[in-house]
Amino acid sequence: MALHPSSAPHGGKRPFPWSHMVGFILSIVLTVAALWAVLARALHPGPLTTFILVLGVLQIVVQLFFFMHITESEGPPWHAWMLMLGFVFVVAIVAGSIWIMSFGTEAY
Amino acid sequence: MAVVHEASDAFNVREHGHHHDEDALRIFGFWIFLTSDLILFACLFATYVILSNHTGSGPTPADMFDVPAFTAETIILLTSSFTCGLATFAMHHGRRGLMLTWLIVTLLLGLAFVGLEASEFTRNALAGATMQRSAFLSAFYTLVGTHGCHVSFGILWMTSILIQAWRKGLAGEIPGKVFIVGLYWHFLDVVWVFIFTVVYLMGVMR
Amino acid sequence: MNLEPTYATHFFVTGDPMIYAADVSILLVSAAIVFVLTYFKKWGWLWREWLTTVDHKKIGIMYMIAALLMLFRGGVDALLMRTQLALPNMHFLQPEHYNQIFTTHGTLMILFMAMPFIFAMMNIAVPLQIGARDVAFPYLNAVSFWLFFFGALLFNLSFVIGGSPDAGWTSYPPLAEVPFSPGPGENFYLLGLQISGIGSIATGINFFVTILKMRAPGMTLMRMPLFCWSVLATTILIIFAFPVLTVALALLLIDRIAGAHFFSIFDGGNPMMYVNLFWMWGHPEVYIVVLPAFGIFSEVVATFSRKRIFGYASMVASMMAIAIISYFTWVHHFFTMGAGPGVNSFFAVSTMIIAIPTGVKVFNWLMTMYRGRIRMTVPMLWTVGFIPNFAIGGASGVMLSVAPADYQYHNSYFLIAHFHQVLIGGTVFGMLAGMYYWWPKMFGFMLDERLGRWAFWWFNAGFYVCFLPQYVLGFMGMTRRIYVYPAHMGWTEWNFISTLGAFMMGVGFLLLVADILYSIRHGERDVTGDIWDGRTLEWSLPSPAPHYNFARIPVVTARDAWWAMKEARKRGEALPDARPLAPIHMPKNSGLPFLLSLSFFVAGFGLVFNWYMLAVAGFLGVGLCLLLRSFAEDKAYFIPVEEIARTEAALGRV
Ligand code: HEM
Ligand SMILES: [Cu+2]
Repeated sequence: MALHPSSAPHGGKRPFPWSHMVGFILSIVLTVAALWAVLARALHPGPLTTFILVLGVLQIVVQLFFFMHITESEGPPWHAWMLMLGFVFVVAIVAGSIWIMSFGTEAY
Repeated sequence: MAVVHEASDAFNVREHGHHHDEDALRIFGFWIFLTSDLILFACLFATYVILSNHTGSGPTPADMFDVPAFTAETIILLTSSFTCGLATFAMHHGRRGLMLTWLIVTLLLGLAFVGLEASEFTRNALAGATMQRSAFLSAFYTLVGTHGCHVSFGILWMTSILIQAWRKGLAGEIPGKVFIVGLYWHFLDVVWVFIFTVVYLMGVMR
Repeated sequence: MNLEPTYATHFFVTGDPMIYAADVSILLVSAAIVFVLTYFKKWGWLWREWLTTVDHKKIGIMYMIAALLMLFRGGVDALLMRTQLALPNMHFLQPEHYNQIFTTHGTLMILFMAMPFIFAMMNIAVPLQIGARDVAFPYLNAVSFWLFFFGALLFNLSFVIGGSPDAGWTSYPPLAEVPFSPGPGENFYLLGLQISGIGSIATGINFFVTILKMRAPGMTLMRMPLFCWSVLATTILIIFAFPVLTVALALLLIDRIAGAHFFSIFDGGNPMMYVNLFWMWGHPEVYIVVLPAFGIFSEVVATFSRKRIFGYASMVASMMAIAIISYFTWVHHFFTMGAGPGVNSFFAVSTMIIAIPTGVKVFNWLMTMYRGRIRMTVPMLWTVGFIPNFAIGGASGVMLSVAPADYQYHNSYFLIAHFHQVLIGGTVFGMLAGMYYWWPKMFGFMLDERLGRWAFWWFNAGFYVCFLPQYVLGFMGMTRRIYVYPAHMGWTEWNFISTLGAFMMGVGFLLLVADILYSIRHGERDVTGDIWDGRTLEWSLPSPAPHYNFARIPVVTARDAWWAMKEARKRGEALPDARPLAPIHMPKNSGLPFLLSLSFFVAGFGLVFNWYMLAVAGFLGVGLCLLLRSFAEDKAYFIPVEEIARTEAALGRV
């Protein structure tokens, strides 16, 4: 991970943070899209929920790749594997809990 | 201006076969911490989702959430994630002054976010929607508040790193620290995106 | 004016002779410790060598001492309970004391005995086995230890101040909520666990990074000792499971302190959500404490059969499989909640699946012994003793995993017998095997084998006498957490036998302590550093290892690295290490981990009694320590070559 200053600042072109710009624009677009879809009731509640959740997942991808540099690592990318495993467990926790705890709710 | 201490670099290299420097080790460790913190938020989300329609005698999400307010919070935090990225970028290119500027901007945005959230909480609490009112409210304040506490902690942490970078320049451990606090900040942004989606958007949808 | 005395009676636990006796003995022991330290002028030594150390070997030893002390206290709790249950209608313990004792027993044994014991073994062995000079983050390692220590202290304090928790080690709401548990006892439980839990997460991250990033050159993952693999699997589970506990405890605490409604029965709360979260941590937790034991058994079996472990790759695969699958079985702890056939079937099947990799391991251990040249040393005895134990425990587990049948077994003594069989037969046997195995590495002398054998046989025999009858009692309908039973149930004989067994285990524990005390004076010195003729790198070092571990980082060419080196040497192929010594970069000691954790303790204590000013003061202390560390400048130093050369020469290694 190149933390220490790599290219000399003096002389030559000033570097421009293109990927950060793209990431930022994408994240704003995704946010506005989700907001619009909900406020305009663009879809039925079921598909709408799915839609905004997918947008949320895309936001994760944007942050991970454009800002957090997930692909940079010294040696094998264990942190990326752990993160992936983490996401699997996140789904297990949230979806699992909903599944388990919905017992008896139909009675209310 | 870039001040690179050759000596401090050599110092950081553990003669450990692979020559990984301590920064890489810390960054890796911090990633692992983030995966762990992710689980923490997953549990809070699960609890929230399960309790969000247990509103008892209290208000429902739709009664409570204010679209302009949470949209502003979202845009501010997304922007701060961007400026924080710019700070890291400036650091990569050895531009300390620029890095400090972007860090300060990030901090100000962070403060604005926390301020907005605090005012949202007080407004709701004064209107009687306290966390003691219903299970939904308990879960709401805890999930969103935990994120807010993370952000507040991040503000203090970033300030401490800002001071160090101010005093010592980009030498020794500073770049690693800036990078790590940046990771933390982006991570909080990710969490917020889901609070925005699951709590607020799905709340007003109902 | 006269508020004072009533206040004192609220604050200190009063009115029971047993508590007074405990108070007196705690005072006496503390006074004796203070006296000895002062008399021998050891305060400075204690601070410099132990309280501020960041050396993984010393931290490991401190964990081990703490674990043994907690095993003692948990064991006393157990004997008190077994005495109360020995005969029908006993009047030995009051019902509320019985509740407190089973609560503290369970909590102590899992969180303050099993956890520190596995951390002890990890600290002692992992860096040495992978050829590292310390863990990845030595400072953080010290933080973890002191957080554990002060968490345990806070929890144990409840015995004399404020009153012990009494809602079970699982602390289910609504019982654990304020209306039904108004005293500070539950708060002690929640905060003690929370503080030590933070330390556990840090340890998990630390060892995960250590194993993946600090291995000596040539030590590929598939050349790693199996103990390190087991620790890797455990750390993955810690990283993903402990935050769930953090949340479960935090939400219950918020309910209790701030009057929220997560788990209350009114205003929309859902107590079952706590149960759900608790076991989402709780099931991985049982594997967190048993996987390192599997690792130790693998090391011990290979060493004392003088063979390389049979089926290395399948061992690795099964441990990783267990780590992942155990995250998907948690509902088997509350089948009786009645989540419906879909949910219960899914979790019954996933639970049964987990028995498969476990079975694979048992066969691998047996096959390693098959046609090996076996030496029945004490570590090997604990290992061999473990196998039938775990087979029975696993089988009863599979019986429990059949959801409809579990409606019968659940919360009966059958369940109690099951988890003691796996926790004692697995974790405790494993940790004791590890303790005997690595003791010479830690201290430079052996534990006496003869006394060790006596301890093993009393403990092992006592174990069966104590717990096999409990399976029967479970079938006869005896439920857990009852403090008295009538005479005509037909339970009397079995209970009496069980109590006898418990006392036999007590004798075993005393023999173990006797062994340690005896060996401190008379134990055989380990001058070679390789007293068991070991296979892995820790045995290439002197006993105890110098504080920098390896003067030169070893270069690994095969699995069982040290064995390969010895073989090469025997064949005359090994060249002496010609690499020149280089200065070694080492972390400096620091008092901050101690102070940081002390601040957490103060904050926790404040929260227990809702003394918010004290809590704020504690948190300010935490913040201050964090800042001091962040601004700290010189956190490491170099050991000069001459000093290394001198130390190595003094150890007889040039
Ligand atoms: C073959 C593998 C195993 C299976 C199939 C299994 C299955 C089960 C099931 C179904 C229960 C719940 C029973 C009930 O509450 O009615 C249970 C409880 C328990 N098991 Fe296991 N188990 C296995 C291994 C282990 C291991 C290795 C440990 C620990 C080292 C362990 C520790 C526990 C504990 C502590 C409890 C109950 C705690 C409580 O309710 O207080 N189990 N087991
Ligand atoms: Cu389980």
